[in-house]
Amino acid sequence: MAAIETLVPPAKVAAAGAGSPVTVEARDVNVYYGEKQALKQVDLDVRRHEVTALIGPSGCGKSTFLRCINRMNDVIEGCRVTGRISLDGEDIYDSDLDVVALRARVGMVFQKPNPFPKSVYDNVAYGPRIHGMAANRGELDEIVANSLERAGLLKEVRDRLNDPGTGLSGGQQQRLCIARAIAVNPEVILMDEPCSALDPIATARIEELIDEIRANYTIVIVTHSMQQAARVSQRTAFFHLGELVEAGDTPEIFTSPRDRRTHGYITGRFG
Amino acid sequence: MPNVTFLVATLLLATVAFVIGRRRAVEVGGPRRRDLHSLPSYYGLYVALWCGIPALAVGALWMMFEPGIVDSLVLDALPAGMVPADPHQVSFLQTAIRRLANAAVIPSDADPALIAAAAHYNSLQQTASLALAAVLLAVGIVGLVWARSHISPAMRARNRVEKLIMIALFVCSCLSVLTTIAIVLSLIFESIRFFQAVPITDFLFGLEWSPQTAMRADQVGSSGAFGAVPLFLGTALITAISIVVAVPIGLFVAIYLADYASPRARAVVKPLLEILAGIPTVVFGFFAALTVAPFLRGLGGSIGLDVASESALAAGVVMGIMIVPFVSSLSDDVMNAVPQSLRDGSAALGATKSETIRQVVVPAALPGIVGGVLLAVSRAIGETMIVVMAAGLAANLTVNPLEAVTTVTVQIATLLVGDQEFDSPKTLAAFALGLLLFCVTLVLNLVALHVVRKYREKYD
Ligand SMILES: Nc1ncnc2c1ncn2[C@@H]1O[C@H](COP(=O)(O)OP(=O)(O)OP(=O)(O)O)[C@@H](O)[C@H]1O
Ligand SMILES: [Mg+2]
Repeated sequence: MAAIETLVPPAKVAAAGAGSPVTVEARDVNVYYGEKQALKQVDLDVRRHEVTALIGPSGCGKSTFLRCINRMNDVIEGCRVTGRISLDGEDIYDSDLDVVALRARVGMVFQKPNPFPKSVYDNVAYGPRIHGMAANRGELDEIVANSLERAGLLKEVRDRLNDPGTGLSGGQQQRLCIARAIAVNPEVILMDEPCSALDPIATARIEELIDEIRANYTIVIVTHSMQQAARVSQRTAFFHLGELVEAGDTPEIFTSPRDRRTHGYITGRFG
Repeated sequence: MPNVTFLVATLLLATVAFVIGRRRAVEVGGPRRRDLHSLPSYYGLYVALWCGIPALAVGALWMMFEPGIVDSLVLDALPAGMVPADPHQVSFLQTAIRRLANAAVIPSDADPALIAAAAHYNSLQQTASLALAAVLLAVGIVGLVWARSHISPAMRARNRVEKLIMIALFVCSCLSVLTTIAIVLSLIFESIRFFQAVPITDFLFGLEWSPQTAMRADQVGSSGAFGAVPLFLGTALITAISIVVAVPIGLFVAIYLADYASPRARAVVKPLLEILAGIPTVVFGFFAALTVAPFLRGLGGSIGLDVASESALAAGVVMGIMIVPFVSSLSDDVMNAVPQSLRDGSAALGATKSETIRQVVVPAALPGIVGGVLLAVSRAIGETMIVVMAAGLAANLTVNPLEAVTTVTVQIATLLVGDQEFDSPKTLAAFALGLLLFCVTLVLNLVALHVVRKYREKYD
């Protein structure tokens, strides 16, 4: 089990500095699907260059909150968001805001790897092409190579750039999706259970990767694995039945949760 | 409908067989059903299949041969001298007899010999029906008894039923394959006869098509010209025009339906498109001839273009509209089948809806879209009515869409319309054209299949 050794040790909050500036600020966020309220008055700060983990039992609204940050809820029929969410102080639900530009700033990695049915290269080049980030083929090549490198995939796919992305293994596909998100150079990367479809070794690779790239990005990750939250995140937010029960530094949440429900969840008594 | 009666009777017999087989299984299974290898109903089904399938097969063979035998018996019984030598006349006579036999009231002026023949025909039919009933019953009962005698707890009725079903399915698929082969063979043989009269090179490369062979040798144009090139060029021209019209419209409609339309709009537009697909082609034909062609002619006139009153353009445009539903319906289905996760992935990268469609949805759905387009192409190639009415019959060798052209199918239709002898080059040419058309569409299909498969391998 060589891969276990590559697991990162439990993250230290001090490494990021408790005082790093807030990137995403959510205030009094309510989300409704039709009549049903999925999120209730959520206030949460996501700090720059930190990994924030969202945990909680199934159906408590973690994905819903994540999708608020890049307004992917917009496409869901009957979904309504109230309250204020700002990215670097700018209200992202402002009617003047360009959603397309916002999504370039806030990337997303999904639960199930969803590479496009295109070549590995074209998968990564997709975003940069759409946003006109490369002036010529050389620059595009560089962006692609860079993103793959940062996603820790370049070595494995260097001679397979023209093969279909769907032909990679599940773990490679997920890293390809991360590379694809990185390629548009976002500030924030949202990850919705990125490892739930992967085996422990591929999971370890991704966790390692998250820890590496956090120096350049702000990451929000939804996970069902307490261990994963403890390993990769600096801050943890616990949701329950649409409410944000408590949020704080990860070691604190896991060692001395203030709320009874949090305690129950992390010790596995319900969830 | 005696045939239906026999079918229903056979099915009833099979049902009885089912009940008998099932009961027998329960009997031999004893009080402890557990000894039986399969559920009792499988034994019932086994017996029913052994009873029904042979009976149905015999019935089908009977139906195939009975009319011929009855007819020849009737002819034999006719007074000598009444049977003409000419086979055409014979079939005419047979039709007359059959009509008399089925007539409710026998006309007073009918030939007494014919009336007698009709009565004979009817009695033969009756005998035949009785004989068929007896044969079916016998075959069914033999099958039933034989299968029932085989029932024992150890018999694997479930597996045997599975095998019987497989054989039945296999026979069905063989039938369709055999029919196709038979059609192709008949095309080939008739074409060979045609090529004995007209050299194959003249047919394949000849630039002139005028199949009017003369009745008498001294008439003008007695030779007839059978160059197929103008016909295939005309077909290609009209098909190309219709594709140019149908593919963009069909694709846009599909995109609208798959990604933009609200469920309410979808519920209205889809059925409307299906209605478009259900309009008879004749209606499209006169629409093309009476509305579109004059309109195009007027439009061309106003900008100084000379448009023939029957033009490839008119036929092509209307044909394009006709095949829009083929393209759009299939493309819509495959685009709907593209997973939402791909659309989400693209949107999350900041792509707009149309970028997502252009770069993710359409490429992912391409094999299906190509399939839809090819289906539309074969529809267009095979279409006759619109072209007859809107593009004319003149076999012009031209690629100018404003002129009248004709197509392969139209010529086949005109070659065979009316009373024709079946051994003149004129009628045999229809088979040669059919064969060539078949080859062309076959190659088209193979190419398409190849393209689609290659694409699949790459991206699935
Ligand atoms: N598209 C939707 N339409 C209606 N209700 C929805 C929709 N998406 C989510 N919900 C509801 O909102 C609530 C929160 O869902 P959400 O997907 O955010 O939960 P989650 O915490 O991500 O759960 P899981 O851990 O199972 O992914 C659930 O009760 C769910 O049923
Ligand atoms: Mg979720």
